[in-house]
Parts: sequence; structure tokens; C-alpha cells
Amino acid sequence: MQKRIYLDNNATTMLDPSVKSLMDPFFCEHYGNPNSLHKFGTEIHPALHDAFNKLYEGINAADSDDIIITSCATESNNWVLKGVYFDLIATGKKNHIITTDVEHPAIGATCRFLETLGVKVTYLSINKDGNISAEQVKNAITEDTALVSIMWANNETGLIFPIEEIGAICKEKGVLFHTDAVQAIGKIPVDVQKANVDFLSFSAHKFHGPKGIGALYIKKGKELTPLFHGGEHMRGRRSGTLNVPYIIGMGEAMRIANSYLDYENSTILKLRNYLEDELLKIPDVVVVGDRKHRVPNTTLISIRGIEGEAMLWDLNKAGIACSTGSACASEDLEANPVMVAIGADKELAHTAVRISLSRFNTQEEIDYTIEVFKKAVERLRKISSSYEGSL
Amino acid sequence: MAKNDLIGGALWDAYSKKVSERMDNPTHLGVLTQKDADEKNAKLIVADYGAESCGDAVRLYWLVDENDVIIDAKFKSFGCGTAIASSDMMVELCLGKKVQDAVKITNLDVEHALRDDPDTPAVPGQKMHCSVMAYDVIKKAAGLYLGKNAEDFEDEIIVCECARVSLSTIKEVIRLNDLKTVEEITQYTKAGAFCKSCIKPGGHEKRDYYLVDILADVRAQIESEKLKENISKENNGELSFADMTMVQKIKAVDKAIDENIRPMLMMDGGDMEILDIKNSSDGYIDIYIRYMGACNGCASASTGTLFAIEGVLQEKLDPKIRVLPI
Repeated sequence: MQKRIYLDNNATTMLDPSVKSLMDPFFCEHYGNPNSLHKFGTEIHPALHDAFNKLYEGINAADSDDIIITSCATESNNWVLKGVYFDLIATGKKNHIITTDVEHPAIGATCRFLETLGVKVTYLSINKDGNISAEQVKNAITEDTALVSIMWANNETGLIFPIEEIGAICKEKGVLFHTDAVQAIGKIPVDVQKANVDFLSFSAHKFHGPKGIGALYIKKGKELTPLFHGGEHMRGRRSGTLNVPYIIGMGEAMRIANSYLDYENSTILKLRNYLEDELLKIPDVVVVGDRKHRVPNTTLISIRGIEGEAMLWDLNKAGIACSTGSACASEDLEANPVMVAIGADKELAHTAVRISLSRFNTQEEIDYTIEVFKKAVERLRKISSSYEGSL
Repeated sequence: MAKNDLIGGALWDAYSKKVSERMDNPTHLGVLTQKDADEKNAKLIVADYGAESCGDAVRLYWLVDENDVIIDAKFKSFGCGTAIASSDMMVELCLGKKVQDAVKITNLDVEHALRDDPDTPAVPGQKMHCSVMAYDVIKKAAGLYLGKNAEDFEDEIIVCECARVSLSTIKEVIRLNDLKTVEEITQYTKAGAFCKSCIKPGGHEKRDYYLVDILADVRAQIESEKLKENISKENNGELSFADMTMVQKIKAVDKAIDENIRPMLMMDGGDMEILDIKNSSDGYIDIYIRYMGACNGCASASTGTLFAIEGVLQEKLDPKIRVLPI
């Protein structure tokens, strides 16, 4: 049987089997609606309380803060931006949002939509290290700034942004601060109090929880017009019947992810670095971003002379799943936006392949990947018109 | 939008088998050198198109004999699977042709040759630019061989500098593929995919030509040509009622009524007028009329007279006509 090696964990992750086994009874046995008064509803409450405890503990939220369950981080991100629009911008109080030009489309596309409604948005560009400095944020804040929304870690490069410093600046300036922590949870410690965030989004399927469930942390006292109006679920903040098994799964996945943080930052980090070191032995290969400032699982690697999708094609044939933001693999034609933003080498913008590991990857898999990579590079550089070394 | 479009990520599934096979094992991959040319007493042509920074680049090698026939050809490509497959097919289509004929190969010929069956596209729409690039490199090579400045040969006004797409290519692609939006132009040619300055005024760089204007001009030309063709067909009596413009339809209905119906109605002190003509969703052409004079309130206005009017119009103009008195 052909090998199947999954190295696209920044896109989604495998559901941890132990998370699944905790979820299972809540599909067919304990299926009551937790808002019901009868036993079918109330018997679920202990498990739900337990799940919420794990989520609160997981990001160090205070008891008085809210963690509202959403369908995914995209919903959470939309909610923050549109909620701020309704609360501060549509009412004429403020009219400015600061974000970066390397955010997930759930932020980028929503900001562009809000611009059509008259909102002013500043898109900070990452510097040549692929990062955003707190100073940049400070300089962009004006009297009119309602919200700063900056991701905790970048999905493409894995680079960690200085969220604590940015949080301190926003607090000092009295500006709301949101962070999309989708790529940070389960990879590095995430502490909402230490980082001074008002809103924080995450998604369960990025840390071995189920797909289709996420959450939004809302600091105590922060108003946010609901995105969904309806019944009184979650005290009216987000209506819709609770997705009980998935909430239980997300809580457990969060607990396990945090218990594996040391493993991620030692064993997985070593595995990632080993992979990188071996691939860097291939001539004309570049890895984006300093290791010291990256989450432990991610490598964005550029192989001169080989278009990203062509590389993915060969890897896929060998059973290895990676990803590329390069032109031809995605459904639009843009080059990898982070590579473009870094601006270090325009020639490399279409050659990036993202490899993202998880705690389920093994040394054997990485050895096989290195072997396949080398063969693919050799084959594709023979085809390449732009890699003269192949001639 | 269709049901299947709601699930993303099926890009590779939309490639034909031929595309996959050529991606895995390109048959015309390689390099031709001056030594190869000398051995065969041929002229070596090496043409480059695209750039790595744009995501696609191709190099085409030709050996052309004294009769202008391409006796050998190879390629190298920086690009995705479809770019490699298109380049490979493009080389195959060139082989054995005279340069003057090879230059007539279009992106559509390349894409069609890559199809597994004639009705299913070989690549999804957003990948069409790869075959367009194959087409451009042939023009470049032919320009080099014929001793013309490539720019003169291609009538080059570059609209999109990033993807290096010319005005003539954009116009031709709009016409050949009946494109209606700027997004489609980008899918087919890559023009406008990068810095976006060439899409419309107001980008970071001022341009002489913008895609929105080119599209509007070419569409206007296409429409005006259609109209001219329409009128000439009408004059020759070749135009069907369904293909007429609204003005032509009203005139035709009026004429048929004047000649065949109105005299009959007027004899009884009545008349009628056309209020509107619409294409109904069930495939009929609905003609709304109003009776006047004695026809108003006449018992046969909704039976015999109506059937007579409908019958005449169906016979003279189109069997799909329905007449609806208001």
C-alpha cells in the first residue's frame, strides 16, 4: 500500500482518536438539547461545563470573560470586525481599523467588505523578516482607530507576531485588540491576560479537534453586536442550538494540545529542524523566516526553478500532502502572498511549499519525505526552463 | 454556480488524463543545441516567454530546415502541471509544420489537443493561461526565425507587464472565447493577476490600456458586428424571429398584423396594438396586445379573433408565439 504522509497540518489536522471517543456518546446516547429543562437536556451539563473549563484554562481566560462557541474562526473573525463596525463605526464614534496584509482571508476579505461601507482600513506590511513590529502598530494608531486585528502566528511562514507588545500598546492607547490565534494554539502558549487581548479567535480543527467548530474569546465588559440573532443561547451573544459533541471535542482537544506543548517544542521542533536542515542541503533552496521566531511545526520552503504546484504534484504522487500558496495551486492566480509581502526575492514567490507537521508525524515519515523531495527536485529541475543548473 | 462547484479543491480532478500523463512524462522535454542544428543543416531558434517571477516561463527550441519546416522541437518549462503539459503539446503541434503555419496554432488548439474527449475541457478555466503562454512562445519563436523584431511581429502593446500579455492577445482571447468579464480575461491570460494596475485606473501605476476598457471596446465591437450581421440577414430574409432585436421583432409583428389582421378587424370597426414582447421562461415568445374600438368587449376577442391573430403570427413569424390580450 502506498504511504500516506500528512504534512499539511496548518490547513487542518487529524481528529485525535481520544477526542473522538469522548465525543462519541453525545451523538446517539446523550443527544438532548442542553437548553431543555428535562433530563435529556440537563444530563449533558456536566460534560459541557467540563469542556468550557478546558477552553477557559487553555487560553487563561478569567471566569468573568466570555468564550462563545462559533462554527469556526472565520465566523469569530467576522463577528469581531462586523461587531466593531456596528458598535463603533456605524454609530459614528470611530472609523478606522488596523490589520496586516498577510491575515487570513477571514480578516482580509471582511476588511475589504467593510471598506465598501465607508470604514478606513490600514493594512500593515510585514518587514523583510516576515514580521510586524509593535512600533508599526503604534505609529498607525490614530484618534479614530476602533480596532487592531493582528494574527498571533502566520499560517504560511509560522512566524510569531509580537502579540504581547501589541496588546500593551493597544491597552495604553485605549484601542480594542483582536488576534486570530488559529495557528498559535497547540503550538505555543497562548495567554489572553498576559497578551492583553480583548478578542481572540480559534478553530478546533487546527489542534486535532473536530472541523466546523471554533470560538471567540471576549474579554469581560467588551460589547460586541451579535452576528446571529435568535434565541437566548450563550446569553444571546450567539444564537443557535449548541453543537454539544463538538464543543466537548474542542475542549478535550484544547486540553491535550496544551499538554503536548513541550513535546511540540522539543520533539516536533527537532523533527522540523532536521527536515529543514536536510532540505537545505539541496542547492538553491531557501527557508523563509528565522527559526527562533517561528511556531515549531512550520516550514515555508522555496525551491528555485520549481513552481509550487508542480512540486505538490510530485509529492502527492508519492503520498505526501503539503501545500502551496503559489499561483497555480490555488484557485486564483496570485503568488504566495507572504512571499510577495516579504519582497525578499520576487523570483521565489511562485516556488514556495509549506510543510506543516503535527505531533502525529514520525521520524520515519520525515526521512521518507526528504528522500521524495530530493527525487522530485531532481525531476522537476530537469524540466525547468528557469533553473540553469539543470542544463 | 453549480452544486459541484460548492466544494473546492478539485483542481487536479479537472485535468484531463492527457494533461496528467504529459505532466508526469513530458515527451518533448529537452534542449536543442547549435551542434544539433549543424548536424541537420538547420537553423536553431530559442525563444523564451514568461518569467519565473510571474509563475510561468517556457523556453522553446526549434530546428528549422531550409524550407521553413520545423524538423525538431523541444521545450523547458517553469510552471505547474498544466503549463508543462501545454508546452509539451504545443511542441508536438509545431513539429513538421512550416513556421508560417505553426504561428497559426492558438491556445485553443493546444487545449483541445489535450482533451480526453472533445466536449470536456482539458483544464479548468483558471488554468487556460498556461495554454495561452504556449501560444505566445510560438509567436516569439516565429518572430525570431522570420527575422522580425518579435514586438513588430506580435503587434505588441503590452497591457499587463507582470504577466507580459499583449493587447492583441487580450483582444483575440476575448473574441475567441467570448469572454464577458475581466476575471475571465485574467483566467485565460493571467493579465491583471498580479499588481492589478492594468485592470482599471487608480492602481499604483498609470497604464495606457486598462482591461475594463479593452473588454468594453471589444464587447461593443462584437455586439455591433452581431447587429450588422443581423441586419444584413434581415435584409436577405435569413433572420429568424427569435434572433431579431426587440425593435426588429416589433416591426415584424406590426407588419404581419398590418398585412394580415388589421384590415379584417377594421372592417368590423375594431383595432389592436402591441404592448410588449417577452421571452417567457417556458420557451414561448409572449406578445401582449390590447384590443381597441369594437374589438374591445367583443365576445370573440378571447376566442376566434385571438386564435386567428395567433395563428397568423405563428405561421408568418414563429410557431412559439403566444398572444396574450390585456
